[in-house]
Amino acid sequence: MIQKDKNIMLGHGSGGRMMHELIETLFIKHFGNSILNDQTDAAILPVPSDEIAFTTDSFVIDPLFFPGGNIGKLAVCGTVNDLAVSGAEPLYLSVSFIIEEGFPINELEIIVSSLAQEAQKAGVLIVTGDTKVVNRGKCDKLFINTSGIGRIRKENIHISKALNIESGDVIIINGTIGDHGMAVMNARESFNFRTSVESDCTSLNRLISAVLNKSHVKFMRDPTRGGVATVLNELAGKTGMGIEIEESSLPLRNSVKAMCEILGFDPLHIANEGKVLIVAGEQRASEIMEVLLNHESGKESSVIGRIVNDHAGRVVLRNQTGGSRIIDSLSGDQLPRIC
Amino acid sequence: MKYVDEYRRKDLILSVAEEIRTISKKEIVLMEVCGGHTMAIHRFGLDSLLPPTIRLVSGPGCPVCVSSQHFIDTAMAYSRIPDVIITTYGDLIRVPGSTTSLENERANGSDIRIIYSVLESLEIARQNPDKKIIFPGIGFETTAPATAAAIIKAKQENISNFYVLSAHKVMPPVMKALVNDGVKIDGFIAPGHVSAITGISIYDELASSYGLGVVVSGFEPADIMQAVLMLTAQIESGTPKVEVQYHRVVNKDGNRIAQKAMKEVFEYRNDQWRGLGMIPKSGLMINDTYSSFDAEKQFSVEVPESTEPKGCICGQILRGLKTPLDCSLFAGKCTPSDPVGACMVSGEGTCATFYRYRV
Repeated sequence: MIQKDKNIMLGHGSGGRMMHELIETLFIKHFGNSILNDQTDAAILPVPSDEIAFTTDSFVIDPLFFPGGNIGKLAVCGTVNDLAVSGAEPLYLSVSFIIEEGFPINELEIIVSSLAQEAQKAGVLIVTGDTKVVNRGKCDKLFINTSGIGRIRKENIHISKALNIESGDVIIINGTIGDHGMAVMNARESFNFRTSVESDCTSLNRLISAVLNKSHVKFMRDPTRGGVATVLNELAGKTGMGIEIEESSLPLRNSVKAMCEILGFDPLHIANEGKVLIVAGEQRASEIMEVLLNHESGKESSVIGRIVNDHAGRVVLRNQTGGSRIIDSLSGDQLPRIC
Repeated sequence: MKYVDEYRRKDLILSVAEEIRTISKKEIVLMEVCGGHTMAIHRFGLDSLLPPTIRLVSGPGCPVCVSSQHFIDTAMAYSRIPDVIITTYGDLIRVPGSTTSLENERANGSDIRIIYSVLESLEIARQNPDKKIIFPGIGFETTAPATAAAIIKAKQENISNFYVLSAHKVMPPVMKALVNDGVKIDGFIAPGHVSAITGISIYDELASSYGLGVVVSGFEPADIMQAVLMLTAQIESGTPKVEVQYHRVVNKDGNRIAQKAMKEVFEYRNDQWRGLGMIPKSGLMINDTYSSFDAEKQFSVEVPESTEPKGCICGQILRGLKTPLDCSLFAGKCTPSDPVGACMVSGEGTCATFYRYRV
């Protein structure tokens, strides 16, 4: 039997008895469902009558555990959200682990258990997976890949394509920006900031389906790495429209604002893992806001800006003091300033 | 947020702007010599609030921008020595040297780590006794005391594998050099964090011998506007002097502990500034007592003759003679993701600031 106070060894990925024990006592135990329990080489899935959406993402975060989540929770949210913001209803996930030899089994179980919990919360089934163990030093503790399949109704296919964006459309976000990036950075680096900032990491499919059931959106995207700035720049580039953001409307925690002020970061460039940017016709704004504000993951939602005919292809931020500046995509890594 | 929002109040800023407009009669040029000020001026659109009589120009106040190419090339040469770990502030990693950058060296296998405090270098040195840790020390009076403190601590704790490549510089000589060079300036907006360390007497000579106003300013928009108002008032009344706007941080004597640490470890030397050339007594080198921590004395590397990039006018921009808009490379060949000159690299460089805020 697997002893949970022990570490992962190369044998746990060899395909033999040790691996099967690991699968039974860890993965089946936490993920178990009728499709996975069959332990077929490929998961056999019923085909939905609509179109399907399919996505994949790899998670290589350092540290594995951070305030507000861990790599396991993140691996579900990331893929679920990629499907959800495309207008799809997430159904199935695959989960693959690449584990560094020597990784503690009890830590792996905490991660697997959060993964299972988040999948249950999102209402998706984990139907297939894989485990590889690599020699010490050949990967950084633990990498996870998840792929996801979702069902998408024909009337929502336009959502990821940004096709009918017009001047006057509003841009909405479902809460504070930069929480995930600053929580992880604060956990990783040696700043010793005494702050309670937590990652916003969460699955957004239920929030998004509530919005889609009630109203009509033109475009959605989750502002993960590269932050809100990067998504808006991609949108401006793709549509050839200008985008105007009001600084005073951006939901921002004081702790995140303070860390960004000290380090010289722009919160618009910081990663989020539980946020969605929604573009909709102006007349839809109030009904969408009503749905968002009444939902657990949307209490701090705000209309942050709009699509404009000016400065085509560029994102401009208007600040409280009357100045304005161009918001560019993040180029390379975020670098803290010297003084 | 406390200490931020109250200094960004629109009504306050506009009322100071109104006062400036009321008293401003002469055509004047004010230079800010800190990248933090440059950024705040553009970020909050302060220049657009000033009357046409007042022109703000940016000076050589971004430490990354004024570091010579030779310094970057030397740091890269060190990074190629076996068993060396370079620990550096983040801004430096993307600065182009003659041929490549530290970021490229890292991708090619050099061990280069970004740190947030020089004291992290000491921790890395303790954990890696078989490696040599080299810290490229960069910055003005703001960061030099921390480097000095790290060297003193290393000596106290007998950490013998920690070295500093010092490119630290001091502010007053370059301000004088610009005026001596014939650059037209009527007053300086001086960096508040420098004076938090040094006190304000470092600028006395600029006021007494050069007849220039100096106002030590904070970094929020209301701070800068008030500093402009104070300088305008000085110039209009013909009474140039050194004044402090940033009272909540700066006292006239500065931080004596930090000054003592700097004095203990460093001595002045003539130093090379990118685009400006050699400026007497403007750099800080590690003195003989601490020479075992001086990377330049402990490692010998071949560094090729530096070449300034063709077409780049960073030198004239750093002197306030030209703006990035005068440069043919700006926003075309030279962008923040692929910088040609140093002023485009740091977020506080004049070119990067113009690039970001050119609306």
